[in-house]
Amino acid sequence: MTTTQEAVETGRFDTATGSRTTRMLGWALSIGLIVLLWLAFIATDPDIRIDAASGDEIGQFDAVRLIYVHVPMAIVAYTAFTVTAIGSVMVLLRRSVWWDLVAGASAEIGAVASALTLITGSIWGRPIWNTYWRWDDVRLMTTLVLFMLALGYLAVRRLEGSAESRARRAAIVGILLVINSIIVNRSVEWWASQTLHQQSTITDAAIEDLTLFTFMYAIVFGLAGYVWLLIKGFRVAWLERQNERFGLVEALEQRRAEAERTDAVNAAVDTGTGDQS
Amino acid sequence: MTHVGYLVAGWGSAFLIIGIYTWVLIQRGNRLAKRVPVEKQRWMSARDEAERIGDA
Repeated sequence: MTTTQEAVETGRFDTATGSRTTRMLGWALSIGLIVLLWLAFIATDPDIRIDAASGDEIGQFDAVRLIYVHVPMAIVAYTAFTVTAIGSVMVLLRRSVWWDLVAGASAEIGAVASALTLITGSIWGRPIWNTYWRWDDVRLMTTLVLFMLALGYLAVRRLEGSAESRARRAAIVGILLVINSIIVNRSVEWWASQTLHQQSTITDAAIEDLTLFTFMYAIVFGLAGYVWLLIKGFRVAWLERQNERFGLVEALEQRRAEAERTDAVNAAVDTGTGDQS
Repeated sequence: MTHVGYLVAGWGSAFLIIGIYTWVLIQRGNRLAKRVPVEKQRWMSARDEAERIGDA
């Protein structure tokens, strides 16, 4: 394994955020995506059942293929916010820089994933529920609140103030993210009559065989993508921190050099004036 | 195949948004890396783990 020091000495940093691990994972994800698309669109059948009473075809038909993107996005969002909450606790307990950066990077991915959960869910809802959105639906609204809270967390991280107070404030919002994730996840059971959303597809054993395999594969693929983005996001966050520190050091050195130059010029002028008098 | 428009919109939005986010993230990293000395660009656990938020 190449250490950071060896990488520096041999100049083997490929890109700012790239490494052997992310490159290998990136390739695996590229191949995995092709397999996912094949499974989701070619290998699996549409959801078509025959109604026992009328003999008509019922089910979600090809719209069921949207769950292979919608559910993994929701699970990635829950995972991301759980990691953010763990990081937030570590920030409060140990003032850990590492966990602060992990929490921030994870929340960013969680915000993207929760936005996609809402978008793909709405698109799936139109043919299945005959509506894109309902303001009185508990599942939809709690997910929207989760997304807004994630944006709030990211905004708090960028507020003015000392690094410590900023991190502490963000950590408190970060813990709320996981609490809200639990509410979103359980909402279909706690308020079953106030949502169009079905209960858990996995625990209800509503799907089986290749559909179930594709569903699980899509979740694993989504989580692998999350890990890749988290590594990249952490490295960017670390670079941001380093840039702030070294940018400040550089600015101070420039000011010091300018002050020394000014002092030298003033001293020279004073000496010249003294000679004349 | 039924619901083609919904499938394109759902999968397309996922590809588009994740693609844009990934591209922006990588560009941000590349831009920042030009301003940070190469030996300071990566987390070095032994030295950096001791750092606490608020340390100068």
